[in-house]
Amino acid sequence: MKLKDIALLNMRRRKAKAAFSLTGLMIGVATVVTLITLFESVSHNIMHKMEKYGANIMVVPKSQNLSLSYGGISLGGVSLETQEISESDVARIHEIPTNANLAAVGPMVLGAVRVGESDVMLAGVNFEVSRTLKPWWELGEMLPREGALIVGSTAAEILSLSAGDTLEIGENNLKVDRILGPTGSQDDQIIFTDTLTAQHILGKRGKVSLIEVAALCSECPIESIISEISTNLPNTEVMAIKQVVQGRMNAMSHFENFLYGVSILVVLVGCLVVFVTMMGSVRERTREIGIFRAIGFRRSHVMHIVLFEAAVISLIAGILGYAVGIGASWLSLPLFTDGHGAALYLDPLLGGGAVLFAVLLGLVSSIYPALIASRLDPNEALRAI
Amino acid sequence: MIQISAKNLSKSYGEGDAAVHAVSDISLEVGRGEFISIMGESGSGKSTLLSMLGALNSPSAGSYEVEELEVYKLGSDQRADFRREFIGFVFQAFHLVPYLSVIENVMLPLVTTKKSMDQKRALAQAALERVGLGGKGHRLPSQISGGEAERVAIARAIVNEPPILMADEPTGNLDSVTSKEIMSLLEELNSQGMTIIMVTHSLECAKNANRIIKIADGRVVEDTSTWTTKSEVCDCAS
Repeated sequence: MKLKDIALLNMRRRKAKAAFSLTGLMIGVATVVTLITLFESVSHNIMHKMEKYGANIMVVPKSQNLSLSYGGISLGGVSLETQEISESDVARIHEIPTNANLAAVGPMVLGAVRVGESDVMLAGVNFEVSRTLKPWWELGEMLPREGALIVGSTAAEILSLSAGDTLEIGENNLKVDRILGPTGSQDDQIIFTDTLTAQHILGKRGKVSLIEVAALCSECPIESIISEISTNLPNTEVMAIKQVVQGRMNAMSHFENFLYGVSILVVLVGCLVVFVTMMGSVRERTREIGIFRAIGFRRSHVMHIVLFEAAVISLIAGILGYAVGIGASWLSLPLFTDGHGAALYLDPLLGGGAVLFAVLLGLVSSIYPALIASRLDPNEALRAI
Repeated sequence: MIQISAKNLSKSYGEGDAAVHAVSDISLEVGRGEFISIMGESGSGKSTLLSMLGALNSPSAGSYEVEELEVYKLGSDQRADFRREFIGFVFQAFHLVPYLSVIENVMLPLVTTKKSMDQKRALAQAALERVGLGGKGHRLPSQISGGEAERVAIARAIVNEPPILMADEPTGNLDSVTSKEIMSLLEELNSQGMTIIMVTHSLECAKNANRIIKIADGRVVEDTSTWTTKSEVCDCAS
């Protein structure tokens, strides 16, 4: 028989007390695991959804010339007629160290064209990438063919265009593939075609006017992505669409603060349950501890018994708490994500962390009761009966 | 040969006018292999004296040596080691741990030693056989009689072969027949060389010892260290 056997046998005898302590700690661990798992899952879900909100970084040429705005956002020094970005630079954006956080990179060629009596802005875009960058276009499965046009709602109205019409731009006759619904953005006034066609019409072969980037990074600030792109493309200005980024980060930050607040509260309650139970256990076992001390157990031996018991309870509470937490997360995730097929994000470190955390909490909460037990005077303990 | 030497041991509880002097200025020497009975009325201080002799209760004054070791100059851990190595305790209320089996209770003093599990179990089994309970090791304390519980307590006290056994009213909760058996057991242990110090208020039981120390109001009032014969008849229930 060893000290640990005494602890285990005592736990077996005091099943109800051990179960109470275990349950208290398990609820604490389960709550923390649930909150963290929900946070991670909801974060990933939000990130995923926000990617659909379009670009949040703009790469524009360095320029002292006229500035344009696009989508209500300042584009800095984009000059339609002067400096452009080389198309080869687009690939270099994908070479940044945090390229895993890049959801979409979309080069855009901009230029003014004459259509009948009107000057219209023509934009060449990659329609495939536009699915991510401009989800509100609702491009669907079938993308426009090369040389086809997508026309903004206002432009279509002014130019009296509808789907299937042919539009003459310079010497090119381009077919209108579809008319966009009103978006409330500058897209309403623009005619879009594929990049190659736009470069051809605008005489900007191998050039792009700006690059839109959709990037999201929950672990690192958006600034680091911007910095990395700037390093790779030194002749450009890279800027965040700050409102979007800030909004995203703020939303996550508030949720995170809430998470920590609730976690701390629940963990404190869990600790209190363990502490009260262990104190009660030590008081109930005064006689036993007196016997142990009388027959030659050192103080450290008594502490060992109490702490081992706490460690076993905490270990089980940690394992069960993790399982319950994951289960609760799985059940409650749809409530936080409107039930639209959000995936549960399982962090492999969380399992080990939860168990370690539970054992640490159990031990910390039991240190004082263990000290009290070890300091019991054997003579007093035996006389107390 | 002097094994235990207590000089001017005193124990007081409380301070000033409210102080209670449980033991006052007791000096005694115990030779190796002696069987001593400490007698006295309830509240006379005999249990307090035993607890001080057993290194459980620090004296307010005086010195105490066992085999030339100044016991109360030892630190807490060293004193625990001393109790484990030198003294076996038998308590009136048996003080068995209820959730441990009989053999596990007997093994308790060996738990903190470096002996292997098999060695511990073998020693505990041997101790149980010495007290006549070889076949009851697997039972729980709640499944044995009072006399058997006292025997288990004795087996636990002797399992690591301490040179001294201290018993506090070992027959206090037992009937006369069982008391005689327990006294016989203590005599047998004494005959094998173990020093025994027993607190009792039964003269008949005390007569099993070869020395009786009577205490009243915390002081030794009689020490029959010159007695050489034991009572041939022991009616411990009286």
